[in-house]
This record gives sequence, C-alpha cells and structure tokens, in this order.
Amino acid sequence: MSYIAKPKVSWAGQERNSLGLTLADYEGGLSTLCAGCGHDSITAALVKAFWELALKPEQVIKLSGIGCSSKTPAYFLSGSHGFNSVHGRMPSVATGAQAARRDLIAVGISGDGDSLSIGFGQFAHAVRRNLNVLYIIENNGVYGLTKGQFSASADPGSRAKKGAENRNQAIDPVAVAITLGGSFAARSFSGDKTQLVPLIKAGLMHPGCAVIDVVSPCVTFNDHEGSTKSYAWTRQHLHAAVEADYVPPSTEIEVDYAEGENTDVRLHDGSKIRLKKVDPDYDPSNRARALDFLEAHRARAEVVTGLLYIDEELPTFHDIAGTAKQPLTRFEFEDLSPGADALAEFQKGLR
Amino acid sequence: MPQPAKINDFVLKIATVNGTGSASANGLLMKALFRMGIPVTGKNMFPSNIQGLPTWYEIRASRDGYNARTGRVDVMIAMNAQTYARDLAEVSHGGYLVYDSTWPRDGQLKRDNVTVLGIPLARMVNENFEGSRVRTLMKNIAYVGALCALMEIDRDIVRTLLEETFAAKPKLVEPNFKAVTLGYEYAREHFDCPISARAEKMDATAGKILIEGNAAAALGCLYAGATVGAWYPITPSTSLMDAFQGFCEKYRKDPDTGENRFCIIQAEDELAAAGMVVGAGWAGARAFTPTSGPGISLMSEFIGFAYYTEIPAVFFDIQRVGPSTGMPTRTQQCDLMLAAYASHGDTRHPVLLPADPKECFEMAVVAFDLAERLQTPVFVLSDLDIGMNDWMVDELQWDDAWRPDRGKVLTDEDLAGMQVYHRFRDFDGDGIPYRTLPGSDRKGSYFVRGSGHNQYGGYTEDADEYQQVVDRLKLKWETARGLVPSAVERKAAGRTDIGLIAFGSSHGATVEALDRLAEQGVAVDYLRLRAFPFGEEVEAFLDAHRTVFVLEQNRDAQMRSLLMAELDADPQKLVSILHYNGLPVPSDMIVERIGDYIEQEAVA
Repeated sequence: MSYIAKPKVSWAGQERNSLGLTLADYEGGLSTLCAGCGHDSITAALVKAFWELALKPEQVIKLSGIGCSSKTPAYFLSGSHGFNSVHGRMPSVATGAQAARRDLIAVGISGDGDSLSIGFGQFAHAVRRNLNVLYIIENNGVYGLTKGQFSASADPGSRAKKGAENRNQAIDPVAVAITLGGSFAARSFSGDKTQLVPLIKAGLMHPGCAVIDVVSPCVTFNDHEGSTKSYAWTRQHLHAAVEADYVPPSTEIEVDYAEGENTDVRLHDGSKIRLKKVDPDYDPSNRARALDFLEAHRARAEVVTGLLYIDEELPTFHDIAGTAKQPLTRFEFEDLSPGADALAEFQKGLR
Repeated sequence: MPQPAKINDFVLKIATVNGTGSASANGLLMKALFRMGIPVTGKNMFPSNIQGLPTWYEIRASRDGYNARTGRVDVMIAMNAQTYARDLAEVSHGGYLVYDSTWPRDGQLKRDNVTVLGIPLARMVNENFEGSRVRTLMKNIAYVGALCALMEIDRDIVRTLLEETFAAKPKLVEPNFKAVTLGYEYAREHFDCPISARAEKMDATAGKILIEGNAAAALGCLYAGATVGAWYPITPSTSLMDAFQGFCEKYRKDPDTGENRFCIIQAEDELAAAGMVVGAGWAGARAFTPTSGPGISLMSEFIGFAYYTEIPAVFFDIQRVGPSTGMPTRTQQCDLMLAAYASHGDTRHPVLLPADPKECFEMAVVAFDLAERLQTPVFVLSDLDIGMNDWMVDELQWDDAWRPDRGKVLTDEDLAGMQVYHRFRDFDGDGIPYRTLPGSDRKGSYFVRGSGHNQYGGYTEDADEYQQVVDRLKLKWETARGLVPSAVERKAAGRTDIGLIAFGSSHGATVEALDRLAEQGVAVDYLRLRAFPFGEEVEAFLDAHRTVFVLEQNRDAQMRSLLMAELDADPQKLVSILHYNGLPVPSDMIVERIGDYIEQEAVA
C-alpha cells in the first residue's frame, strides 16, 4: 500500500458544494489497486456521495480491516481521520470510536474475506447492535492480496482462475444482515454509480448500521469465464428491486412519480430516505418477504440489488446504551469524577 | 488439653458446599470481627461451579495486622460431609472442628489433639424454620451464632449487621437472629465457652475498610475519568466491570436527563473488547477492558497494533491459574511475561503491579495517565486473590485538585499555528510524538495503520524509515522507565547482603515472613516491585546484595527471567521462591524456604 499524494488542482469554475468544497477536496491518496479494480469505482462513488451531502471531512471517521478493500480509506477523504485496523476487526474499532464520539460519522470499509470469514463474528455483532456506521462490503468473492483463494462469498460452482471449483455454500451478507435483525441492508454493483451514490447517501444518513454489499469484481483474480463475481456475469444477472435516495430535510418534492411507486421513510431530523420500487412485488419493510425474495432470485442466479430491507424504528447502539447526546470525550473532568466527598461517603459502607 | 489462648490471632476456616448461601454467613463473621476492631482478611477458595461442589472460606484475624495465609487452621467449621476427612486433617494441633451432628459421625471424626464439637444444626433449624431454601440458609447463620458463643464474637454487632443487611427487608432480621441464637445457646449449653481461639475487642481497624481489588480498580476507573469500558465476561475479572457499571449508574448519570456519561459494551469476545478499547482510545476517550490470561491471549493482536500505532489503552489482567483454561477460580502470577511482551514482533508494555485493593485503586488512575502520556497500552496486573477477596486496607483517598494527564494532544488552535502536521515525529527527544483526535481540523488528519509507516505517518517499506520509527519506540520505552511507579524498599533492621524481591499479592506474606525471620535473627532487605519497566532502584538493589530471593506465584520464575533479560542480572545471585498451586501464597512457606537456604549455605 504505497502512498502517493494526489496533486490537488483547482481551477476557476469548478463545481462547489454548499461548503464551498470541490470534489477534489473529498479525495485521498492515489490508489495503488490494480487498474480497473471495482473498489476504485466505489471510492469514486463515496467521494461523490460525501461531496453531494456536503459533509465536512473532519466530521467523518473512516475505518477498515485488512485486504484490498481495506486499503481504500486511504484513497478518499484525506481530511478525515482514518483507521486501517487488523483483519476482520474494523467493526470493534468503529464501535469503540462511536462510543467515544457519537457525533462523528463512521464509515467502515470491509471486504468479503474481512467480514464473512475472519471477521464474521464482528460483522454480525455490529449489525445486531445496530451500530451507527455505514458498513460497506466490497465483495469480489476472492482473496486478492494473497493471490486468488476463494472467499466465503464465492458461489458454489464458481470457478477460480486456474479452474478449481468452489463447492462450499456462499454467505450472502445481505441475507445475513436481515436475519440478524439489521436495520438497513442493501446491495449494489461497483459498475452502477447511478444506483450506488444515492444508496451510500441513504446509508450515511441512516441512524443505525447500514450494510451495503457492493459486488466489486477483482480484475486480476476473479474476472474470468466461470466466475460469478465477474463484470460480465454481474451485469448479465443484475436484478434491481428497490432504488433508494436520500432527501435532505429542506428539500421540497420536485419530481412527480407515478402513484404507489414511491415510499418515503422519514428520519428523525425530518429528512427522508426515498424508495423507488423497480420490482413491483418487492416490500423492503417486511423481513420474511425480503428473505423470501432474495432466496427466490438466488435460485435463478440473479444478483438482487437496491435497498432490500429497512427499518428506521429499530433502536440504535446509542439508544440502547443510553449514551449522552454530548460526545463522551466532550465532558469536563468535573462531570465525570464524583470527588473526594463521595468517595468518603461510599466507604462508610465498607466498614 | 489446655491451650494457650489465641486472642485475635487465629484462622477460622469454613468448609461448605457452594450454592448454599454460605458466602453471606462468612461475610457476616468477617465483618463482625472487623467491627470489633480486629484486623481481618478473608480468602475464598471456591470451585469453578455454581452449585454443588466443595468450597472453603478462610478468615484470618491478626492483631498484628498480617493479612496473608498461614499454614494454620485453628477452627474448622465442617459443613460438607464430602470433605470431612481432609478438613479434619487440616486442623492444626490443638485446634477445633465444628460439624453438623444431626447425623453423628463421632467414630469417623476423631483425631488426637483436635477437639471435635458436634452441633445438630440441621435438626435445630428444621424444628424452627419452614422451607428447604430457608433452612439451608439458616443453617449457615446458626453456625455464626455458635461461633459467637465459642469465640466470643459480639452478638450485638452481628445483630446490627443483620439489620443493615436487611434494611430494605426488615422482616428478615428476626428469623436470622433467631438462627444466630439457636447456635449460640446450643454452644453455651453444651461446651466450655470460650475456646482458646477467640476474639476480643481492640482498636486496630479505625481508618480501614474492607474491599475487593476489583471493586477498588473499578473505582479507580471511575475517578480517572474513564468513559468507555468494553469487556467479555471471564472469571475472575467479571466483578470489575460489574462494579464499574454499578458506580456509573450511581455517579455518572446526568441528574436532569438520566443520560449516561459512560458507555459499557459487552463485546462478542475479547478480540472485539480490545478493538473497542483501541477505537475509543484513538477517538480520545479513556477506555479500558478487564480480563484474565485467556483474554490477553486473544487480545494480543490488538495489543501489538496499539503499541505500533501508539494508541492509549488500559488492560486489567486479573490473573488466574493457567495454562489454558487452567483453574479459573484459583490465583497465580502467571501472566507476567505475557503482559510484558504481548503480541508478535518487538513489543513491550508498561505493567503495573498492585499489591492490594488500595493499590488497585491508585494504579488504575496511574494507568490511564501513563497510557495517554506514553500513547501505548498499559497493563494493570492484579490477580484473583487481590481481585476477588476482601482485604482490609487504609481508606482510599482522593485529591479533588487532581486532573488527568492527557499527554501530547494537539488542539485545533495548536494546528492552526502549524505549517504541517506529522503524527510520528519526535520533537521533544523523549520518543513521544504528538497526536490529534478524530474530529479535529483537517490539517491534523492522519491515517492509522498497523503496517510499516514512517515518522510522517505515511506507509513505508523503506528500511531506514521503518527502523527510525521502531528505534523511537525504544526511546519512548526508556522514557517510560522514569514514569512508572518506583519499587519500594524495606530495609532490614541490620546490615545484610541478602535481599528479596516480590510483588503483587505476595506482599502481605512477605512482610510477615520477614518479620518472623528477623525474630530468628535473619536479616533480609526487601524490594517490592511496582511496575515494569524496572527503574534504576531495581538495578541498585540487585547490585547491593550478594543473594536476592525472587518470590513469585508461577512455576517458571517469570519475574526472575524478566530481571535477567531486562537488567542483565546475574543468574547466580537470583534464587527463586516459587508458589504456584493456585492458593494464595502462605507466609510460613517463605520463612521455611529462606531459612533452609541460609542453613544450607552455612553448612556448605
């Protein structure tokens, strides 16, 4: 992961967001991933989403585990604090950071090896705690940095570059997240920025744990004939169910959609996540039906995308913990330490 | 056989079956003695089980204030027929054994020089109380009553304690006191009271408290301003987080909103607990995790990560018997090496070594300051003996003027005055760089990575850049040497070239043993280690003595190895005294070992 600073070029007339920042202000170091890697497209989508939402980079913390995917936080938001942790352990670091600083927006970037094998436990528990984090899994079905072993998301029957067939069952992070009581489970494709950018925005503003599984082909080890995570396969088998977008509180409804096509999920600050049904049969608020839908399409070898399940009412990590609204690091020492008199009083009971 | 009276100097041991509620009866006995002004210590020897296995509780009263185990048992309350034989065998010459004679065992319970007293506890209790659970509990309270008669323990104090215990349920006071009276009257009627081992009011507990190390450590976390605690339940550390939770509920709730000024997370495993602590420390909170040896094994990956990325974190290791699952409810000092060098690669960590609950409180506070000052993981190495037993210690003190040392943290104002910020540059020559916290100005952002990095915080695979950083970490280690608590020396009355090094829960037994040896004319200087890395005073002590005993509670002489590895100490002069059977170290063992060694040396 060599680090090459990206030159920031500014010119008159480049587009600025409401903070006066350009897209370049949301970029990071130069990517050292393989040319054509799906992960770089996700990085670009993240940059765009943050820029469009006009979030201050210093409001954001970006965390990752180990693997190709986990290198990417170095490639966006150079103005944010970043944390490249150990393999499979991003969720626990994000949990601790969130406990300390609930005011910061946490973005966790992981991969299929990082979250579905070595870090499966931590992934599961971040979801079940409904931790306030956008949890992106850059899913390519393969271990890239160690040169091409199958990961736990590889489909049975999928073939490795050298021809070996995967015989193990695949773990679907979206189905797992829904089963675990997740509040936001989505899937997208690195090659579909139109879908991915609004989904990331919705995930960022969602108050709990927003899991986005992004199929992100590995051009070097898993983009061949016989792979079910290649660009070609994914494009042929995509099945969009529900598109999602984030609508800030102040925005007036401008576009008319056909009756029944849209549902708004209202967030507590008055903003909305707008759902647009592509597949009329789909209901992203029903857990059983969502799982049923996923299963039916999996059997047809289709890759279902979109916001597949959402429940804004589930209590989040901080709701459950009862943590103060003010970030814990912002309390004065006097508000934390009970003082000498309280200690003396307490010790009366120890005699 | 008339015995010399053992006034305020006896060991009372209670053998019961766990899950029968004996803990409250034993606590009652101990506190009654304490309130009589007699120094006491309680040691719980319990099984890794919830109900049905043998368990022992040992109360030592010592008018001289000694708190260690001795090899002695003056009075045994044998409430568990399963262990009668071994309990009887353990009673010292001239001692007593009290048992439940509802089922007489007079033939079986016979030993020369031990007086066996049968009290029909179950029969009396069954005649006076209804319900099997109540009867089981009352049987315990009844032996407390019998001991009040036999050992002259103040019954009024027992009554007051019952009233305090049941303040919320006053209806329970009378039945409990009735059980006390049953035992008391039976003993008065049938035996010559008092027996030789007995209590007498004195005034040696003023300004003292009875507290467990884990509760004291939790108080330390509270007072140090720790806000994030992450943990995975493991004996014997669980009561530390339980206590912290309790204190936070009491002292850390917003008086108006009821909001928590703390966040306690029960993690999915110890790996996650460590990750949470590291994440919170990075984000600027004071964060800690309590665990035991097996937990440290699992946390080791993150410990090395935090060492290399320079993130403050506090780890409480309440040691238990290893290796592996070992004996989870028994004590040892077996994680010394593990803590000192936890994780792969070249890693070293400051380790604090509290000797009793009071130091658990004080060192918890010091640990958070050190972790932030040094930007590194810090261990507090307690053990089951300190953590889970009630110790009598001086009342804990707090200075309201104290403020946490947050170390070198740059604010946005600091950043505004800087051209450029680099995370790992050493400006002060002490090996400690400046950190910024997430949320601070864009100029201060940096990328934490466990992979090779240079002093600017960038990724590197460059040989020189890599080495510069790890060499600076070594310089930081030298700085740590001057910041950790110093060892404490207790000089013998006369000049001697014999020294002894001990630490942690061995302290009480050591002091007692050295007093005994002094009475026998053996002078030994004593250095109590309080931290790793070792300061100059440790080197000086080693240099100043011809022979240095190293007392520790593990099989492999870990502290001795550490002294040899870190200070280049001469192996010839370091003589190990090892105790590692899982029970707290007894003072008489130390007297014997040092006595034997000196005798042999004299012969040779």
